[in-house]
Amino acid sequence: MTVATETKTGAVPPPSSEDVITVTKMNKWYGNFHVLKDIDLSVRKGERIVICGPSGSGKSTLIRTLNRLEVYQQGEITVNDILLGDDVKNIEAVRRDVCMVFQHFNLFPHMTVLENLTLAPIWVRKMPKKEANDLAMHYLERVRIAEQAHKFPGQLSGGQQQRVAIARSLCMQPKIMLFDEPTSALDPEMVKEVLDVMVELAKEGMTMLCVTHEMGFAKEVADRVIFMDEGQIIEMAGPHEFFDNPKSERTKLFLSQILSH
Amino acid sequence: MSENAKLPPLPVGTFVERSVTWSKKNLFDGWFNTILTLGSVAFLLWLIPPIIEWGIINATLTPTIEGCAEATGACWGFVNANLRLILFGTYPYDEQWRPLLAMIFLMGIICASLGGVKYPSVRKWIIPMWVIGVPIIAILMWGGVLGLTYVQNSYWGGLPLTLILSSIGIVFAFPFGLLLALGRQSNMPALRTLSVVYIEVIRGVPLITVLFMASVMFPLFLPDGVTIDKLLRAQIGIILFTAAYLAEVFRGGLQAVPRGQFEAGESLALSYWQSMRLIILPQALRLVIPPTVNSFISMFKDTTLVVIIGLFDFLGTVKLALRSDPAWTKYYVEGYTFAAAIFFLICFSMAKYSAYLEKELRKGERR
Repeated sequence: MTVATETKTGAVPPPSSEDVITVTKMNKWYGNFHVLKDIDLSVRKGERIVICGPSGSGKSTLIRTLNRLEVYQQGEITVNDILLGDDVKNIEAVRRDVCMVFQHFNLFPHMTVLENLTLAPIWVRKMPKKEANDLAMHYLERVRIAEQAHKFPGQLSGGQQQRVAIARSLCMQPKIMLFDEPTSALDPEMVKEVLDVMVELAKEGMTMLCVTHEMGFAKEVADRVIFMDEGQIIEMAGPHEFFDNPKSERTKLFLSQILSH
Repeated sequence: MSENAKLPPLPVGTFVERSVTWSKKNLFDGWFNTILTLGSVAFLLWLIPPIIEWGIINATLTPTIEGCAEATGACWGFVNANLRLILFGTYPYDEQWRPLLAMIFLMGIICASLGGVKYPSVRKWIIPMWVIGVPIIAILMWGGVLGLTYVQNSYWGGLPLTLILSSIGIVFAFPFGLLLALGRQSNMPALRTLSVVYIEVIRGVPLITVLFMASVMFPLFLPDGVTIDKLLRAQIGIILFTAAYLAEVFRGGLQAVPRGQFEAGESLALSYWQSMRLIILPQALRLVIPPTVNSFISMFKDTTLVVIIGLFDFLGTVKLALRSDPAWTKYYVEGYTFAAAIFFLICFSMAKYSAYLEKELRKGERR
């Protein structure tokens, strides 16, 4: 498993007891369409991974399999030593520790910001309302948006909404966070405020997998950068090696396309 | 705000001046609008005065056939004379205070529930209110305990019957329709097929057929000696029928909620039912308030069809009153006008409430 990727990229550390995510020979099809091909990946605790690649390369699908928003047909995924299969108990256990931030925020429009944040702690963690409110305010302050607590998501800007979405995930006190193109739906002037929050999180040691085209972010915080194309992991390397000395032609082409402007 | 720039300047001048300006702008704005305005006025002048003359000026309230014969206008005396028969049907005359009380009580809990959804402190009492209220209504209607004489439900009729059939119908058809809609969207093939078949079959037949089958064919399948009450069968028929329509209304709402909402719930480790209850349904149901109320209104009016299986709903008792004395029969216009007015009043209230609810629920979210 990891050995295979190791020889392919030369940048993967050996598997250790600290692996929080292990993906082994994972395959996924949409009908006849082979979306993910023999994916092998292990993620250590505290590691920050950036996944990039052209659209349709399967990068979003890959991170969506990690909390079972997408099912896979072959291979194995374990998260925190829990096998992620059809078992509903396992799926719920994994989701308690793995949170996702979406491209389109997916805030609940009929609830205030505060209610968005306290929903899962109250219903999933069975936290008393008072405690959940305190927790929510704590994370809203961290994403610097506490004064908007009683507004509805529709009243906020895109950047503010995405920060609320990050705070909502943090309220579950996850061990791993997945980011699915968190800045692609934002106006350019709002990208920074969201990236700043993500950089802070990264520096605090959160295990993160982030699908993004923000190469500045990748250079600054990523431990490893993964390049995907046509459902395969083409290249996986530390950021310096990835940007300065890409191995595969496809990676070079992709980098030249997104870095040229 | 830029919106303020678009607002017209505040009207100035006396009331008459402002009215003239307003009319010029809205009623006589070009030859087409002028013709429309004048035409409408002429139509109303032609229509309204005769109605007022017939319905009010020349009408009589005298509750006798002789009094009506003298009047040149409407004979509201027919309604006046037969009011208790029209309202309560064949319910024993001396006991008619019971359906009256039951009806007032039912309206009370309906109004409290509808008005109370807005306030969390009242909201938690809605279900207990119904749990306690429905048995009280049942005791009032049936009797047999607490010194009340027993009244078989084949004697029930009129407005209380219509209100009971439709409100119980709504209360049960709503959750059942919701389950059908969720079933139709389920990942489990058996459940999905079952829901689809149910919805399509029930939607494909007229309510009359459902009621007729419930009343005539269903008992044939029961073992000897087992009978299920006629009213109960009609009530179940109405619930099953309405639920199929509601299911499709709800499905529309469920499909309109973005998939990402459910995924956000899933990724926060909420279970299916938690996501549905807390995230999806509040949004989906709000979207379908107008068609849902539409279904309720049409169901309310469809309860009149129970007359074909021998139950006398409000419209049925009007007919009963018309037939009670051959001399009254010719006053059917007055009878049906009265029935129409009551039906309109209730349906219009439902429509108004739905508009209020929509506005109320959207309040916080407006930008």
